[in-house]
Amino acid sequence: MSDGTLPVSAATSPARPMSLSPRARQAVILVALAAIWEIYARWLGNSLLLPTFFETLTALWTATLNGELPDRTLASLSVLLSGYAIGIVLAAAITALAVLNRWGESLLSLLTSMFNPLPAIALLPIALLWFGIGASSVIFVIVHAVLWPLALACHAGFRAVPPTLRMAGRNIGLSGPSYVFALLVPAALPSILSGLRLGWAFAWRTLIAAEMVFGASARSGGLGWFIFTNRAQLETANVFAGLLAVILIGLAVEIFVFATLTRLTVQRWGMEG
Amino acid sequence: MPAEGRAPAAPAKAALDVDRVSLRYATEAGIVTAVEDVSFTVRTGERLVLLGPSGCGKSTLLRAVGGFLKPASGEIRLGGAPVAAPGPDRMVVFQEFDQLLPWRTVSGNIAFALRRARGLSRAEAREVALDWAGRVGLGKFADAFPHTLSGGMKQRVAIARAFAVQPAILLMDEPFAALDALSRRRMQDELLGLCEETGATCLVVTHAIDEALHVGTRTLVMSPHPGRIAAEYDVPEVARRRGTPQFAALEAEIQARLFGGPRAAAEEVVDV
Ligand SMILES: Nc1ncnc2c1ncn2[C@@H]1O[C@H](COP(=O)(O)OP(=O)(O)O)[C@@H](O)[C@H]1O
Ligand SMILES: [Mg+2]
Repeated sequence: MSDGTLPVSAATSPARPMSLSPRARQAVILVALAAIWEIYARWLGNSLLLPTFFETLTALWTATLNGELPDRTLASLSVLLSGYAIGIVLAAAITALAVLNRWGESLLSLLTSMFNPLPAIALLPIALLWFGIGASSVIFVIVHAVLWPLALACHAGFRAVPPTLRMAGRNIGLSGPSYVFALLVPAALPSILSGLRLGWAFAWRTLIAAEMVFGASARSGGLGWFIFTNRAQLETANVFAGLLAVILIGLAVEIFVFATLTRLTVQRWGMEG
Repeated sequence: MPAEGRAPAAPAKAALDVDRVSLRYATEAGIVTAVEDVSFTVRTGERLVLLGPSGCGKSTLLRAVGGFLKPASGEIRLGGAPVAAPGPDRMVVFQEFDQLLPWRTVSGNIAFALRRARGLSRAEAREVALDWAGRVGLGKFADAFPHTLSGGMKQRVAIARAFAVQPAILLMDEPFAALDALSRRRMQDELLGLCEETGATCLVVTHAIDEALHVGTRTLVMSPHPGRIAAEYDVPEVARRRGTPQFAALEAEIQARLFGGPRAAAEEVVDV
């Protein structure tokens, strides 16, 4: 696999001497990075600072088998999904307001320009004040992480629907809700999907960050808490295992949910910007 | 087969009345009058062409007939009733290729229009849609998505969708203007075939004299700034056929009228 630069293959396809698919190239890079990590960590020889790749994998495996990591992941995901869902509903409502009404549009652009540059995690102190330590505070912060970028993306998507397509829709008798759901929403789907993607990434980051701030409710703590407590106990391999789990879950959602959704919809319809 | 084999109606009943209509746009620079005091009638079974240079208000006028734009003054009546909003009794074929729903296939686009506009069931709509896809030569592409089609094929779908809905009048805004000359000629002939087969009433907008003569039964020449009707030509059957002396004579006459002097017949008179 690695030495694909044979003169034979170069002769048959002179334009692309290394004809690997993008996925295969990424896999090669991934293996190389793991190897560099392993070699450097062994050379360093200090697993308190940097555990080797295999130590991390072992820690990941152990924490998975003893049920701790799955429990932490579930705790994180349930909070994340609640916040994400509420964020989507609110984004839909505020976008609807903005589409229907000029005041709603001004409200949306004002609120997004105010809250979008503000890292959602900065609202955590206020959330703690209002909701106390617990899932509600984290959910509040996640909602903020999702709501503004998603509402912004949806609104931009609706506004970008070509006038001819709008007229064609009204021409065949679409109006009111049917106009929105049978025309505007599918036409804006590329933007909506990228907003959902962005919202998911923001929510995930915000969640992990928020969980690290929490000290007390260790029993129901999520992945962030897992990472934080293991650092306090100098279980560095577990810290890395937790980070790896965060990355793997992010990748899995990207590949299995968003990439699939994109392939089945906007890619199939030739609507990718 | 849809039952629409109406012969061109014998009594010249008015399908569409445009009655002293003025159309204006409010822009940042002020009010722009795009069309001023225009009146005409489209009779049932007739194909009326609005011919004029770019910017003389043809699209604006067609949009008003479609119900997308309210007249500043005057009235537009369809079968005697004032036009208030867009509706499938006036199906529009636009010039732009993005008038199809990208998330529906060729037959899906036609079928969706049939379900919305004529209230057909899913199965009926699909059957009629497949029939129409075949009639515009896209039988093999019935399940293709619009982005896989050429510009000409997309316009065929839009035309099939408009015909399938069986509107009281078909409105076409330079449907072939963005096509190459060869496709344009072929599509004009195909459109003519469909019109004669169905006896459809049409209002067609174009900036090409030869297209106006070939496709229409009557031509109104418009002048710009603001858009007004400058002249009217009845186009007899023989003058609609390319290559006849009558065709050439009428083309030269309209050319002279538009430019104030005779010139060799060109494919298109007015380019943007
Ligand atoms: N949406 C609009 N806003 C303001 N002015 C417009 C708009 N659309 C068209 N116009 C103006 O109206 C006039 C007629 O335009 P249009 O109907 O598109 O002409 P045509 O279709 O004959 O080329 C032009 O002067 C154009 O600048
Ligand atoms: Mg135009």
